[in-house]
Amino acid sequence: MELLLDSLFNGVAIGSVLLVAALGLAIVFGLMGVINLAHGELMMLGAYTTYVTQLIFKLPILRPFYDSYIIVSIFLAFIVSGVVGILLEKTIIRKLYGSPLETLLATWGVSLILQQFVRSVPLAYGTGLVISLLIGLFLPTSFPSKIKESINFKYFKFSSWIFAALTGVLTGSIISSSVSKLSRASARNVDVTAPSWMRGQVEIIGTAFPKTRLMIIVITLISVIAITVFLNQSAWGMRIRAVTQNRQMSDCLGISTEKVDIITFGIGSGLAGVAGVAVSLLGSVGPNVGGNYIVGCFMVVVLGGVGNLLGTVLASFGIGIMTDLIGAGRLLSIWPDMPLPLSNTINFFATTSMARVMIFALIVIFLQFKPTGLFPQKGRMVEN
Amino acid sequence: MSFSKIKFDKKIKLSFWIILIALIIAAPSLLPVFRLNLLGRYLSLSIVALGVDLIWGYTGLLSLGQGIFFALGGYCAAMYLQITSSSEFPNNIPEFFALYGVEKLPFFWEPFRSPVFTFFAIWIIPALVAGLIGFLVFRNRIKGVYFSILTQASLLVFFNFFNGQQKLINGTNGLKTDVTQLFGQMVGSESMQRIFFWVTAILVIASWFFAKWVVKGRFGNILIGIRDDEPRVRFTGYNPVIFKTIIFSIAGGLAGISGALYTVQSGIVSPQFMTVPFSIEMVIWVAVGGRGTLLGAILGAVFINYAKSLVSEALPASWMFIQGGLFILVVTALPEGVLGWIQGDGPRNLLQRFGLKRKIETYPSLEVNNKEGNNE
Repeated sequence: MELLLDSLFNGVAIGSVLLVAALGLAIVFGLMGVINLAHGELMMLGAYTTYVTQLIFKLPILRPFYDSYIIVSIFLAFIVSGVVGILLEKTIIRKLYGSPLETLLATWGVSLILQQFVRSVPLAYGTGLVISLLIGLFLPTSFPSKIKESINFKYFKFSSWIFAALTGVLTGSIISSSVSKLSRASARNVDVTAPSWMRGQVEIIGTAFPKTRLMIIVITLISVIAITVFLNQSAWGMRIRAVTQNRQMSDCLGISTEKVDIITFGIGSGLAGVAGVAVSLLGSVGPNVGGNYIVGCFMVVVLGGVGNLLGTVLASFGIGIMTDLIGAGRLLSIWPDMPLPLSNTINFFATTSMARVMIFALIVIFLQFKPTGLFPQKGRMVEN
Repeated sequence: MSFSKIKFDKKIKLSFWIILIALIIAAPSLLPVFRLNLLGRYLSLSIVALGVDLIWGYTGLLSLGQGIFFALGGYCAAMYLQITSSSEFPNNIPEFFALYGVEKLPFFWEPFRSPVFTFFAIWIIPALVAGLIGFLVFRNRIKGVYFSILTQASLLVFFNFFNGQQKLINGTNGLKTDVTQLFGQMVGSESMQRIFFWVTAILVIASWFFAKWVVKGRFGNILIGIRDDEPRVRFTGYNPVIFKTIIFSIAGGLAGISGALYTVQSGIVSPQFMTVPFSIEMVIWVAVGGRGTLLGAILGAVFINYAKSLVSEALPASWMFIQGGLFILVVTALPEGVLGWIQGDGPRNLLQRFGLKRKIETYPSLEVNNKEGNNE
């Protein structure tokens, strides 16, 4: 019983990282039919944001608040990845709408560039760049329309980009002069240390659970609830759902699909950033950290079906629990006296990498029976 | 008029072939060994690119898992080479087995004692695996992005499998071929490498003709039909599953040949051939060269890899930026690739822009229809 609980907990912990990461991917894929291969790199940006936030909170001014840096970094990671995602949508993905395969390749290119970027640009200046992007993208839209109409909007945009660039350079140099670890570029992995209140374990019903994993589960829970509420209760959520169901019809009814695309992509990328925070708590952070999770996320999307959050949730927990059951060889301890050939097979697959092999094989078999995932979208189109 | 043009074309073609063959024969004496070896490797990569062009350029299936078949071909060749040169090692089995305390050859190594079996295995095994994966996927009408993701997932499955099995195929370390013997000669030796270069060059040309033959005629038309509008092909009474499976296994077989040639020239086959980036790179060779133009795939593979080695020698960090930029650029600005641009309206449009050529008026409706046809 205890073993089962342990296994269940581990599975849920693995699954919840997958879930936050896949949530954004699933929303974007459901809405735009776009597979974002740079999603893993957006996660990586989130993880690096956590690292940078941690170092900045070690500065004397912020030192008293050090314990809360992880909470702050969740929001910051959401914003950083969201901004990069919005930029990506505005510059590249929008041009490729309707050709998903081309989008896939282009986003792969973006992911390569992002990987090399964190390797060869000091993180301090990277932060500065993100800040200037943030200002440049949002400053022009945040003024009241009266001011916008009185001045030529083009000049307005231009000048705010100049302002943004200056602020970015300024913050970049301030950070790089005050935090020496961020002033040099390095391809090495970095480590995020959890604040003291998150170290150690909690005992629930006689079993000890590490607090970081519980934190990840909490982050996941909050993100899923927030997204569900946003999609089902808010006006923009309704528009997003409408466009997901029928883009042309929504367009005809006056929904600005362009805005919906930007918002969805921003939120999806932001969720990748939140997933990055979770990932940074699990191990060291490097330029390749996203690649370890990305294919798992794709599997969740494929398995869960498009445009259904419940499917995504079930699929990620399913994959998480299966990974733990197979990878740690727990099936044997649950059922010790199984016949020999079966137990040999299970032993063969009882490593993390072989568990992956097994799970992908199971997914392919599953798709033989349900090719469109757990909860397919109903429709009468020839192509869906 | 037209008659003389054909004659002219023939002359150009003939001289092209003569120059090409002369270059291939002379290459070993013109290039230093290191460069010759690189060129040979890139030429062998162009065979896998041909396969990618067949499935992506002609049939519209973007496979991100060609590395599976590439590596399988490589492993077949390497297993044969290892086993034939293992007579001086304990138990008459390849050296690495001793590291893991394996004394008996795993059963699937046995057939690779035979050169004939290996010769067929190099292309038939990858083709069969491709056919199986393809059939399972296509049967359920899984297509588009889903297909790409599933191929990528299978790539990871194979990668994890080969990476984790030290006792069966030496895991992460891979199988070395350069110190093995083939027909009494060291595979890594200069004279052998020269022969491999010629074999590769001949096989590239042969596969090019084979691919041309495949896309010619009705079979090719159906492939293009599947790419442009699969439901319509299905409603016309064809079964797209069969055609897609066939072309996917052809591409798999080509990848296997390519992998075997690459392995003997690079001296090692390892699970690194099955990493995700490498398989996506294959797509970009075709995309830059021009998809749907078989020659473009060959040229793209050779030139991009050559550029990669040149840039990596000079500025190691910048290649990732360049490659990433290439992906974005070729998709947004040059979707037909370089050769497709030259063969298509590209040069004419460029000349028109500078006012050097008269504009050709077309029916607006024709343009609109074309655009619709290209959308998925």
